[in-house]
Amino acid sequence: MNDLKAYEKDLKSLFASQHTGVLATQQDGQPYASIVAFASSEDLRDLYFATMRATRKFANLSPDSRVAMLIDNRSNRPSDFQWAMGVTATGRAGELTGPEKQMPLTTYLAKHPHLDDFVSSPSCAFLRIRVDTYYVVTRFQKVVEVHVRS
Amino acid sequence: MNLTLPLQNVDERNRQLVGGKGFALAMMAKENMMVPRALCITTEAYHRYIGSTGLRDNLVMVLYRKAFDDMRWEEIWDTALRIRNLFLQTPIPADLSASMASAIESTFSGKAVSVRSSAPGEDSSKTSFAGLHESYVNIRGTASILKHIRLVWASLWSDRALLYRQELGLDVEKSAMAVVVQEMISGERSGIVFGRNPVDETQAVIEAVYGLNQGLVDGTIEPDRWILGRITGKILSHSPALREKVLNAAPMGTRLEDLTPELKEKPPLAEKDVSDVYQLAMKAESLFKSPQDVEWTYQKKRLHTLQARPITTGTTDDDQRLRYLSLHRSFDNLRELRTKIEKDLIPSMEAEAARLADIDLTGLTDADLADEIERRLGINEKWQEAYWDNCIPFAHGMRMFGQIYNDLVNPTDPFEFTDLLKGLRMVSIQRNQNLEDLAAWIRKDPGLAQCLRSKGIEDCDPAFRDAFEKIAHTWGDLTWGESGLIQDPRQVVDFLLEMAARPPVNGAGPVKDMDSLEKNFLSLFDESQKTYAIEMLDLARASYRLRDDDNIYLGKIEGQMRMALNEGRRRIEKVFGSLAGPLETPELLKMLRNRHRRPVKSSSQLKKEPADGIKKPFNIKARQIVGQPAGPGIAFGKARVLIEPADLFAFKAGEILICDAVDPNMTFVVPLAAGIVERRGGMLIHGAIIAREYGLPCVTGVADAATLIKTGDQVTVDGYLGIVIIGEARLRKTESGKPIGDTPI
Repeated sequence: MNDLKAYEKDLKSLFASQHTGVLATQQDGQPYASIVAFASSEDLRDLYFATMRATRKFANLSPDSRVAMLIDNRSNRPSDFQWAMGVTATGRAGELTGPEKQMPLTTYLAKHPHLDDFVSSPSCAFLRIRVDTYYVVTRFQKVVEVHVRS
Repeated sequence: MNLTLPLQNVDERNRQLVGGKGFALAMMAKENMMVPRALCITTEAYHRYIGSTGLRDNLVMVLYRKAFDDMRWEEIWDTALRIRNLFLQTPIPADLSASMASAIESTFSGKAVSVRSSAPGEDSSKTSFAGLHESYVNIRGTASILKHIRLVWASLWSDRALLYRQELGLDVEKSAMAVVVQEMISGERSGIVFGRNPVDETQAVIEAVYGLNQGLVDGTIEPDRWILGRITGKILSHSPALREKVLNAAPMGTRLEDLTPELKEKPPLAEKDVSDVYQLAMKAESLFKSPQDVEWTYQKKRLHTLQARPITTGTTDDDQRLRYLSLHRSFDNLRELRTKIEKDLIPSMEAEAARLADIDLTGLTDADLADEIERRLGINEKWQEAYWDNCIPFAHGMRMFGQIYNDLVNPTDPFEFTDLLKGLRMVSIQRNQNLEDLAAWIRKDPGLAQCLRSKGIEDCDPAFRDAFEKIAHTWGDLTWGESGLIQDPRQVVDFLLEMAARPPVNGAGPVKDMDSLEKNFLSLFDESQKTYAIEMLDLARASYRLRDDDNIYLGKIEGQMRMALNEGRRRIEKVFGSLAGPLETPELLKMLRNRHRRPVKSSSQLKKEPADGIKKPFNIKARQIVGQPAGPGIAFGKARVLIEPADLFAFKAGEILICDAVDPNMTFVVPLAAGIVERRGGMLIHGAIIAREYGLPCVTGVADAATLIKTGDQVTVDGYLGIVIIGEARLRKTESGKPIGDTPI
């Protein structure tokens, strides 16, 4: 807390350490959560993930692109209360296509090389979340807001 | 795995299991040294206990809610007390206690024992720290022995141990405590021997007292001291003590008694004994291959070895922790301190302040004023020192009481004892009452209020002005921290008007159930110990009250020093006009002594804010910050961050007071506040004490509270959980449906 700038570093190392996050979408007020493999842009302003176009989460995104994604490093032990960090990102998700897609996809595949075939499939969409705010929770109860676009 | 091991079965293979002390005792027993019969409670028993009861998870929650580096000593003590209470509240599971009990009963068959800590790794000279963990002597009965084993386990997390957490490598998942249950030897003469003097390696040291060793170890009894040649064993010097007391075994624990006149005259050790004790240290040293610190006792002329450990290296330890360790005082020592503070220190401080107040500063020549300023700076410094040396250690009195209270009463709330201490007429509360009386006067006299708003106090009701001045005189200049308040009655009048604009508030006063708490506490002592219990409670109350009052008296002296400084500054400004920034004291003195001198800009004025060259890409702000719950309740309101004295007087009723540390000299705004948030942490610090007096929600130990929160921010203070939420209030209702933050102010 003494150095708020340290949060940027903490976010980066958390995102590098975690392969998956929990994506929340909604339809008609009914929330829906699913696990996705994610990557983040170097400047932390964007998060990327891929999904089959036939999934419920993808369907949910067309009427309402607002999402939340939880990324954390829980170990399912009591010491999580001490050490675990949980980050909730809020923002809007949209599909990337064409030249816009190239750089982010390279970043994404560098982290998840085994997903190359998956992402290349025509039935799969590659999406970007433009993050507004990260809500960073450490030590169980300490909460800091990182406003990425303000 | 073994939960218990008889001393004779201990060898190198189970060294970790029985800890340093247990292992050393076993080695000495094998060498036919006189070591009391003992049973080791292994680290396995500790692990099983904290694992099967869920205590391990609780430890994680209590220990790691805040980073240790952000904690002050007070908070570390609070944390240790919370942990100790967890151990007191958690019985040993039946299967475990049955197995331990049968080993204890078959080893000691009802005899009294000592229950000693034996931390693994304690036998290495790098991590051997005397007095970090607890030991208890003269414990009787299986249930009591098992309870004391829990207390020794808890002391793995004592405040002292937590201070040395890095050196000890403390870790909830890995650390463990073994215990040595040892047959009690009621020696007539006891002491310690250092095979090598920690401050002079050519010497050995022996300290001895009559009675049990505990009196020497905890500093209650001054020992006779012998310095010996380390190689020769020759006595180089003997410093006799003023022998007065002896600690003896009592039916329950120990009892401090007067020495008989014959023993007062006679050193506890004859020359031959000194030599035997020295030989004991040398024998232990050759056994363990390093100089040892050995505790011994003579029972009927036979010399017993109670424990041995390597002499801690790193005596060059110059860190502040040593000062903290020195704050642990014995009951008698605290009693003496109290007499000194109440009978000598405070009256002298008051007299000093009164003498200073009598000097007419305006009548002095410039040069005399300069001398007077210098003199007052010196006086102030002298009292500051006296405060550090006496008042801060005396605050340990309430802590000691807290521990005794928890041991006996076993309350679920580890801080219940503070209810027994509060509700006394603290000076700061009296002062607030005086201000409240003035506010009440304004409240019922609209004409006076109107006059005060539009004119100066000297142009309004003379009776009110007299009362105002009388109070100002009684309490001296209201000062706060480094900066004195400018002697401007306007600010104080505006503040009184603000007080008058809201309904009257009173200090919570004596708590309803204080009587029943007190009765219950005293009922737990048998008749012979009642007097001691009453004295102890009285001492704790004095400690609690003085913790606050002493600062007020100190503030009076500081106020007089400021007054002289202000007078000097006023004279300079008369000549050169108003000065933009602070005038540093040495410069002020030079100018007063040489009126041809022109003002030089002080260095602090020239300093500029460091340019922040780094681009801030994101706007990062704290939403929820964590401290320690120091006063229960929930409050919601606008933050008023106190950075400088002017902020105090700008305080509006219903605001949340945010500060670095509540100085008793600023507690006069507390009755206006809806809640308190403070960077400095602890349950027993001024801010927390005053918050409880007024029944205000309070969170202490919020790192950077005064920088993360800005004046005007909406904040919610959760005094139950020790959390502060910044931003609009979402917590509007609790389960009981009671609305929050809409108090009619």
